[in-house]
Amino acid sequence: MVYHNPDGVMIGLEIHVQLNKLNTKMFCGCSTKYHDDEPNTHVCPVCLGLPGSLPVINERAVESAMKIGLALNCDIVPQTQFHRKNYFYPDLPKGFQTTQYDFPIASEGKVVIEGEDGEHVIGITRAHMEEDPGRLVHIGSIDKSKGTMIDYNRSGMALIEIVSEPDMRSPKEARRFLDKLRNIIDYLDVCDTTLEGAMRFDANVSIGGGSRAEVKNISSHKGAERALLFEIVRQKNLLRRGGTVVQETRHFDEARGVTISLRTKEQEHDYRYFPEPDLVPMRVADRTAKVVETLPELPDAKRERFTKEYGMADMHAKALTSEIRIADYYEEVAAKVDAKICTPWVADVLKGELNYRDLTIESYTVDDMVEIIGMVTQDKITEKSAVEVIRTILDSGGSAGDIVKEKGLIKVEDDVVSTAVAEVIRENEAAVVDYRGGKEQSLNFLVGQVMKKTRGRADAREAREMVLESLNK
Amino acid sequence: MITKDEVEHVGWLARIEIDEQDADTYATHLNTVLEYFGQLDEVDTENVDPTYHVADVVNVFREDVVTESLTQEEALGNTKSKQDGHFKAPKIM
Repeated sequence: MVYHNPDGVMIGLEIHVQLNKLNTKMFCGCSTKYHDDEPNTHVCPVCLGLPGSLPVINERAVESAMKIGLALNCDIVPQTQFHRKNYFYPDLPKGFQTTQYDFPIASEGKVVIEGEDGEHVIGITRAHMEEDPGRLVHIGSIDKSKGTMIDYNRSGMALIEIVSEPDMRSPKEARRFLDKLRNIIDYLDVCDTTLEGAMRFDANVSIGGGSRAEVKNISSHKGAERALLFEIVRQKNLLRRGGTVVQETRHFDEARGVTISLRTKEQEHDYRYFPEPDLVPMRVADRTAKVVETLPELPDAKRERFTKEYGMADMHAKALTSEIRIADYYEEVAAKVDAKICTPWVADVLKGELNYRDLTIESYTVDDMVEIIGMVTQDKITEKSAVEVIRTILDSGGSAGDIVKEKGLIKVEDDVVSTAVAEVIRENEAAVVDYRGGKEQSLNFLVGQVMKKTRGRADAREAREMVLESLNK
Repeated sequence: MITKDEVEHVGWLARIEIDEQDADTYATHLNTVLEYFGQLDEVDTENVDPTYHVADVVNVFREDVVTESLTQEEALGNTKSKQDGHFKAPKIM
């Protein structure tokens, strides 16, 4: 199957990744752990932009940037440096943002995603380093605002901006790309992506080779998909009515699910980029080999290893490696239980139940998983009961052992089942006659009666076999 | 040639108010500066490495070690415009 992209949709994304796992900010020693603290308590003369202060580059931030670049299959440039991007906005205390311009640290990479028609390559234009601005809080609603309050705790946090080529052909592909990217970032352990503002997105959208609109203020993967869907429909409607799409910046209003035009007076050349005189250039390409050594096994490689090492289907390997925490969890379980048996329990059952409840893997311990799989393999409880135990633990906590006892889920012995079968056949003569007369559904009724008598503790498949056996006697 | 309009635009970017008469004077001054840069452009730099920084130094880094930050009181010490531990700015859209 080939995807023809009927509307000629082209989507490019810019992703900001905050390096919040570093101890300190990009250019000063202020701590990055500000998330639960009072405003303006993680600031110093450098990140407040006070006159005479001198920034110095955090070496580990550069290493993290190289890790991200290499994980996205980019080249690391021989020489790289910072520039000043000049504009006035209160979140920027210096009147400029320190960022990279014509020599980004990493460029020309690629990421392979599951596209509309199979594997699809998304080009990575560049990945560069820059600093995060402060956080603005509007007093009152945005249109009736009486002023703006500024917290500079975030100011100067190290950011990596990843810019993709406009290679995505649908909002779904954009979402897949973001999922894949987040997974890679999680694997690299450079950013806690669960923290507020850890990853933020802008999107470029055009259709049919027309001008592109830039959509800003997207804060989630789901939001990205919605913003892009809205923007594509808006552009299509505009063209249908004989209008033209203008190149502009639009703001995504998450609550209303719409994009709104922002009239910005500034153009690219108005930023008056020039080399940051307070920071000297960096020549770090010769460190590449050393950084490569520190790279963890990345999702694609892990997926391949899982199919080989644990003999699982690619579908399962993909599901298990889609999140580093699930992959690690699986390997812990597989170290204690036969891998072939535990694969569907983790990849299908547990992952499904977690997704349904919007829970993370931390909600169900490895020990509980090992215990419950053990009970099934030792024939103590049925598979159906095991699922019930998992659900109960996720919904209201408790231990597997207690729940099995409380709910009376211990599988009943075969002789109890056979007694129940004998009773059911004796008590339901009509159904037995019907079945022998060719009415297949009567079998289901009889099995149902057995399950009822054993209060669901019999294995349905076994009960069915035993009923059949006595009927055919 | 720099026009009066461009002077006003550059003034706006720098948040400097420039009145009508001054705009003409500044346009003349800026054009003189640009002419000088035009002269520099004539120099043959074919075999000269570009200068990215005046100091011939690379790779000045610091370790990722936390240093003490200012207190909130110190951070806000230079402004009268504050509210609830924040700096306060006029409303922006």
